[in-house]
Amino acid sequence: MTSFAQFGNDLYTGKRSIDFIGLRRRWYALSAIGLLLAALGLGVRHLNLGLEFTGGSEFRVSTTSVPANYEQVASDTLSKVAPGHEAGVTKLGSDTIRLQTEKLSDAQSNDVRDALATAFNTPQEKVSANFIGPSWGQSVSKQALKALIVFLVLVSLVMAIYFRTWKMSVAALVALIHDMVFTVGIYALTGVEVSPATMIGFLTVLGYSLYDNVVVFDKVRENTQEAFANRRMSYERAANLAVNQTLVRSINTTVVALLPIAAVLVIAFTKLGPGTLLDLALALFIGMAVGAYSSIFIATPLLVTMRSREDDVVKLAKQAARAETKAATRAAVPAGSTAPAAPIQPYAGAPTTATALADDPADDVRDAATGQAPAGGTITGRQVHKYAQQGPRNQPRRQPKSKR
Amino acid sequence: MARASTRPTRGRPDGAVRTLVTFFVMVAALAAVLGGAVWKSTAQWTPKLGLDLEGGTQLVLKPRLVGDQTATSQQVAQARDIIAERVDSQGVSGAEVTTQGADNIVVSMAGDPTRQQEDSLRRSSALQFRPVLTVAAGTPAPTPTSTSTGSSTSTGTSTSTSTATSTAPKTGANAGTGTSTGTASSNERKAATTGSSTTSTSASSTDKSTSSASGSATSSATPSGTPTSATDQAWVTPGLTTQFDALDCSKDGVLDTIIDDPAKPLVTCSTDKTAKYILGPVAVGGADITDAQAGYRLAQNGQPTNVVEIQLSLDSKATKTYGDLSIEMLNLPSPRNQLASVLDSSVIIAPQFNEPITNGQASITGGFTFQEAQELAKQLKFGSLPISFDLQTRTQISPTLGEEQLRLGILAGLVGLVLVVLYSLFQYRALGLVTVASIVIAALLTYLTIAILGWAQNYRLDMAGVTGLIVAIGVTADSFIVYFERIRDEVRDGRTLRTAVDTGWKRAKRTIVVADGVNFLGALVLYLLASSSVRGFAFTLGLTTLIDILVVFVFTHPVVSLLARRKFFADGHKLSGLDPERLGAKVRYAGRGRISAPRRAAAEGGQA
Repeated sequence: MTSFAQFGNDLYTGKRSIDFIGLRRRWYALSAIGLLLAALGLGVRHLNLGLEFTGGSEFRVSTTSVPANYEQVASDTLSKVAPGHEAGVTKLGSDTIRLQTEKLSDAQSNDVRDALATAFNTPQEKVSANFIGPSWGQSVSKQALKALIVFLVLVSLVMAIYFRTWKMSVAALVALIHDMVFTVGIYALTGVEVSPATMIGFLTVLGYSLYDNVVVFDKVRENTQEAFANRRMSYERAANLAVNQTLVRSINTTVVALLPIAAVLVIAFTKLGPGTLLDLALALFIGMAVGAYSSIFIATPLLVTMRSREDDVVKLAKQAARAETKAATRAAVPAGSTAPAAPIQPYAGAPTTATALADDPADDVRDAATGQAPAGGTITGRQVHKYAQQGPRNQPRRQPKSKR
Repeated sequence: MARASTRPTRGRPDGAVRTLVTFFVMVAALAAVLGGAVWKSTAQWTPKLGLDLEGGTQLVLKPRLVGDQTATSQQVAQARDIIAERVDSQGVSGAEVTTQGADNIVVSMAGDPTRQQEDSLRRSSALQFRPVLTVAAGTPAPTPTSTSTGSSTSTGTSTSTSTATSTAPKTGANAGTGTSTGTASSNERKAATTGSSTTSTSASSTDKSTSSASGSATSSATPSGTPTSATDQAWVTPGLTTQFDALDCSKDGVLDTIIDDPAKPLVTCSTDKTAKYILGPVAVGGADITDAQAGYRLAQNGQPTNVVEIQLSLDSKATKTYGDLSIEMLNLPSPRNQLASVLDSSVIIAPQFNEPITNGQASITGGFTFQEAQELAKQLKFGSLPISFDLQTRTQISPTLGEEQLRLGILAGLVGLVLVVLYSLFQYRALGLVTVASIVIAALLTYLTIAILGWAQNYRLDMAGVTGLIVAIGVTADSFIVYFERIRDEVRDGRTLRTAVDTGWKRAKRTIVVADGVNFLGALVLYLLASSSVRGFAFTLGLTTLIDILVVFVFTHPVVSLLARRKFFADGHKLSGLDPERLGAKVRYAGRGRISAPRRAAAEGGQA
């Protein structure tokens, strides 16, 4: 735990930093492979759509006494006659059992009728077989798709306005599509049945993924705005720092979001077997995990890639590089200058302030430089007047106020 | 320095207390609303459950086919879509509408629909505007009697009082509206549909109002040749006349055998059975209606009257047809200057034109109650069914998932909640308790809201909804995590806890609002545009997002800012989750040669 907090601290200060942006090609490649697999799965194996989408066969058994375990009896009968078909069993009124399954051929349908009649001990004509149409038909899908497109367009607009750049919208959308294709692809590959509940699961994933991206992007916006203002950090580094700084949040959020779903998943898997709960939990688990991944590894790197050619960003990178070399030499020289003859250390008594009072080490640098470099120049090669080389002489040397 | 920083924040904690008190009063009020609804109305303490968890009612609808009519699969599919929309408009209940066999439609819906709801599903609700060719009293026996229903429909549109009490000035004023240009609704005047009572009205009025009303048929011209327009008297063939004469509107089920062909004239009755008509072919059909709104008719002075009307907007083509027809009809003798509004083959009202209506704004009045008008407007908006349906069977249906799934789902939710609690305690120590309290409060709010909406909006929770709520735990917790991490970041920067809470909140607020805002926007769009279960999902998403924002703003933040005053947190106790030392708080340069360090670190530094 302490180490996790320490980890968080280090990520925040930038002492430890995971190079999400620098290694972006690696994440892109990883995702590309995943997406390819998913697309392959979709293309070759297709989605196993439930009967809510395709329609199917329906049997109604009227019997005088419905046994208590009617669900079991009905689904057992079906799996005996037509193996591999899943049955949805419902009781209608007090004396009718309804069994719905994927579309069966006429021969199969007749067999099921016979078998159901025997299983429920009722004459065969009391069992009716019928075809039912989809409850989630083309029109519902079309409407949902239309709504989805309007939603995405609006959300992109809102994000573009809020973040002041359309590239963030595009990056978020790409991440969103990435998550969807991934999740749907896994359904195609595993052949798990897609029901309206799973569709709802997909939509939840979409909302979550979007939410996650916005949270990370908001930090990126904050950091990069600062970078643009003080010109000390390149866009790439600022974005990377943002991802690192939100990493603890991302981990915590993902864990917290996935814990309840994992609980549902485990309970549904061990106690219930296939069904709405399991389907839904699976979709959510995969989708949210992928969503967390993409917000860190795909969305922000993509944003940096897209913006890296912008004039502003290129200019900032140059200025930041200059600022960094400056800072690096400043930091490097006092350490290296301990070996040559004793440099002047004017404020030796106040080590705590040394980091805070930025001017002091600069004096050290200058003093050290006069000792080492040929007279009249600093390390960066700037000519310095003779008097200035000596450092501040006319000021009283007194301790800072806080130390008195 | 510490003393200096207290001053600006002194007033705030009281504000926090006030916010918290307001919030709890609000929650209590919600609970009271629910309690009151349970006590006085039909609400229940638990949320209503959806079809898959509670079961419901299954209606099997069979198309009503007359003669050799057949229902094509296309028609059935179209009817399915429209019925699904109608079911959706009755609440967020996640009903299932499927076709069965060749032409049946199966509607499975949670709960027990009322007779009226059931009828509104299967009724075709085909609205047509047909020109009136001939009018007669509803029963063949020509003994015009003034019935109360008859008189109420025959009064002017600006008043609902009965004819007996309607006075000349009133009708005169009404006539005045006819000549002046006003709203579309005032352009139509309801004509007589029945006998003597109407005549008395028109006698007392001085304008060109209904003079056609009489006990017997007033078809004037004899039909000859082929009809040239919808209003042409040539439509009335001897065959139709015989049919018309034989029609007795007072008999039940007399209209069930009518074959309603839009291209042919129609012999039918008015809905109140007091008049019968021969109508020309359909001039404007229900498919041309783009919008329908129920409301109260506005009087000339802009004040709403108590006459319920349905305002219709027509599409551009129908607008022209309707306008041309109104111009043509102005010059026709009565009753052929009347345009009948026909709903499901019976005439609701047949007003006459007083001036052309060319703006495509038609309106119908017809003695509806406001509820009826609303129901009808909804149906008109979704379009009419290509065929009417009869209820074949109505059965109770058992839940597909059942107790077991729900029980385990809730169990899983609880287990998940406990895991979340453990994790946040582990991560945020004492601050984790705030998370837990916030989640519990959010859960309570969600529960209350869903229970209330179940009563008010027929919102029903299905399995997908339950799972959605479980997922919402995670998303809700995220707002707190964003917030707490921000506070920690500020503490790491060396701020004291109280300022850290302030600045952290300022920044976290923005993130939370925009992230939740985007989600809410999505939910809203999906709710408005999508149908059936997607709509249910969108509703749940929107609801949890709103509750999330509410809880963060009026519960979590005030609680945290109150806690920041406590010594335990302010001093950064090891278990508070905000221990500056463990968060690696750095010494901050506070300007003018001073530094600010966390209190404890500074003390230790001083000793060293």
